[in-house]
Amino acid sequence: MLEIKNLHASVGGDKPILKGLDLSVPKGEAHAIMGPNGSGKSTLSYVLTGRDGYEATDGSILYDGENIADLAPEERAAKGLFLSFQYPVEIPGVPTLTFMKEALNAQRRARGEDEMSAPDFMKHVREKAKLLNISGDMLKRPVNVGFSGGEKKRLEILQAAVLEPRFLILDETDSGLDIDALKVVSDGVNALRSPERGMLVITHYQRLLDHISPDVVHVMSDGKIVASGGPELAKELEAEGYDKYVRAA
Amino acid sequence: MVAVKETIADVKRLESDKYKYGFTTEVEQERAPKGLSEETVRYISAKKDEPQWMLDWRLEAYKRWLEMREPDWAKVNYPKIDYQDIYYYAEPSSGAKYESIDDVPPEILADFEKLGIPLREQEVLLGVAGAAETAAEAREKPRVAVDAVFDSVSVATTFKAELARAGVIFMSISEAIREHPELVKKYLASVVPKSDNYFATLNCAVFSDGTFVYVPKGVRCPMELSTYFRMNAEGTGQFERTLIIAEEGSYVSYLEGCTAPMRDENQLHAAVVELVAMDDAEIKYSTVQNWWPGDENGKGGVYNFVTKRADCRGKNSKVSWTQVETGSAITWKYPSCILRGDNSVGEFYSVAVTNGAQQADTGTKMIHLGKNTRSRIISKGISAGRSDNTYRGLVSIHAKAEGARNFTQCDSLLIGDQCGAHTVPYIECKTPKAQLEHEATTTKLAEDQLFYARQRGLDEETATALLVNGFVRDVLQELPMEFAVEAQQLLKVSLEGSVG
Ligand SMILES: Nc1ncnc2c1ncn2[C@@H]1O[C@H](COP(=O)(O)OP(=O)(O)O)[C@@H](O)[C@H]1O
Ligand SMILES: [Mg+2]
Repeated sequence: MLEIKNLHASVGGDKPILKGLDLSVPKGEAHAIMGPNGSGKSTLSYVLTGRDGYEATDGSILYDGENIADLAPEERAAKGLFLSFQYPVEIPGVPTLTFMKEALNAQRRARGEDEMSAPDFMKHVREKAKLLNISGDMLKRPVNVGFSGGEKKRLEILQAAVLEPRFLILDETDSGLDIDALKVVSDGVNALRSPERGMLVITHYQRLLDHISPDVVHVMSDGKIVASGGPELAKELEAEGYDKYVRAA
Repeated sequence: MVAVKETIADVKRLESDKYKYGFTTEVEQERAPKGLSEETVRYISAKKDEPQWMLDWRLEAYKRWLEMREPDWAKVNYPKIDYQDIYYYAEPSSGAKYESIDDVPPEILADFEKLGIPLREQEVLLGVAGAAETAAEAREKPRVAVDAVFDSVSVATTFKAELARAGVIFMSISEAIREHPELVKKYLASVVPKSDNYFATLNCAVFSDGTFVYVPKGVRCPMELSTYFRMNAEGTGQFERTLIIAEEGSYVSYLEGCTAPMRDENQLHAAVVELVAMDDAEIKYSTVQNWWPGDENGKGGVYNFVTKRADCRGKNSKVSWTQVETGSAITWKYPSCILRGDNSVGEFYSVAVTNGAQQADTGTKMIHLGKNTRSRIISKGISAGRSDNTYRGLVSIHAKAEGARNFTQCDSLLIGDQCGAHTVPYIECKTPKAQLEHEATTTKLAEDQLFYARQRGLDEETATALLVNGFVRDVLQELPMEFAVEAQQLLKVSLEGSVG
């Protein structure tokens, strides 16, 4: 489903961060990427979703067999690519519900589907919000403004549940969560797993992966995938750290 | 004490937006001779069938104006205005006033429809013909009475009958001069003196029409009152004069909407608005202004030099100015409140958007004279393109205004980096027993917010509009419901093409 070959990317015009990254995530699988701070994990998520200033300089990104490297972020979103941000952004004055409704209907329009009516949308959101323990009151507040770290991460997953993307990138969705919140968030993520959906779970802790059992674990260092394996690889990293791979890179 | 803070930023060149309301109506016109002279003043007064006292009043203003000089302190630049190259009066030649809406030329009605205010439809829908006579029905439907000003003449006044039942007088100022001379004499220029400033004095000499509202003691005006101003005739200045009086314990909400067609020449607009609120009275005055801003170099846009002032004359009186300003090449406008009555309240909520080559110098003056007077200023400036947006505000607390309080918040949003935002607050405080708070922020439309919204599927323009709407939310929610939606749409249109 997601096919990345020899991806090179720079930020801010000329600083190379991704240096020949290969990665393939088939439909229905969840892959984890682990790696030390600064290895380029967030950069990868931005390159995949088309953020300005994060340009692929070489290699290819195929999504369902289509090269998406030249598409605008919203076009990629309409194709079902979703990023749960490491640092969710605050949008003052825009109620969370309004934001999600606008987003969902923009995607539907872009796909040539009918917009969802207000009552249907409310029903749709309420169902998903319940699962993630998000109150109606929270949804009336402006997007992420004054939310705690845990609330922000829960809201990211709620947006995924509402938008029903086909491929999810979770960038350190576990960071800043206490045990209870981690459970709620991972339940939310697991509810999104399906044979039709791919997932890339970026983390540097084992604990999220205890809840979301990934099919494959990759180790990233200095802009490349340096090792791949089964869930046992995550356990090994937890015990021994990244030293071995960082030195190898 | 004077505090001055300026924040400036500059960037890339952008094309100004295509103006949605740029069309002209083919109606035969009758105009005053070009230029300004005693003869022009007499012509206008005669056209209006004015009594001698009104003519004398105008002529006196004209004489004063001749001795005055155009102000140059605002942060706006424009070529010198040739006051002799302007037509000061134009009216549709088929006659000045219509007995019924059916007498209004269809071209004019069509024009209003293009502006989104189909008078005929409103009359039928809202029951002028007797459809919505019950109170329950009246409450269910949006109640908006429109006094439409087409160039210089008020072409149709709706809802007059129902308002009359409530004792509310709502008519053009020309009619009021004839029908209620005692009220006009008493209040005209009682808030903005005749020699107040260059543009206001010019208005006194040549004002063409405008609106008069009188709400008697204890009456809550049963509907929103609205005037839609529009400039049509080529090279015509529009000089409206608005006077609203709210007697003791009364309430009125008034909305002014303005558009003008595209022109090559700049059109001059110098209005005067005076509000008087007596004891326990409240006036809410909302403006949505989207006059033609001119082409990408500002050519042809409207020069908007307006004097708006409220006198909170009575104790516990309250006046709120809410404005959404997206149009005009140049805006020079400072809706103000004189807080004379003890415990009176003045509010100013403003959104000013500039794009292309627009220049706006706008803000408010809150003059605290009475005890425990309160004022609140929320200003949101949005600059895009190569435009310049200045907030200029004065908060003046006089010695007797013990217990006065002011809160000011000025936020500026920059879209792109060729535009400028400036905040110029002046504060004068003559009593130690006052409380003043001032907050100011300048932010750039944030790349991370934009990307976040786009990642969720919103295209760049929709995302920008959403972020901008979030930025101005505090102000838009002060607008009457029906107009808040329109204002949101207007913001989107004004900023189209300002990103990317
Ligand atoms: N916008 C940027 N400008 C300059 N350097 C950046 C930018 N974004 C990321 N980097 C750099 O790229 C490297 C990888 O960062 P990042 O992708 O955030 O790593 P990770 O998510 O793995 O911690 C770091 O050295 C970081 O400083
Ligand atoms: Mg990161």
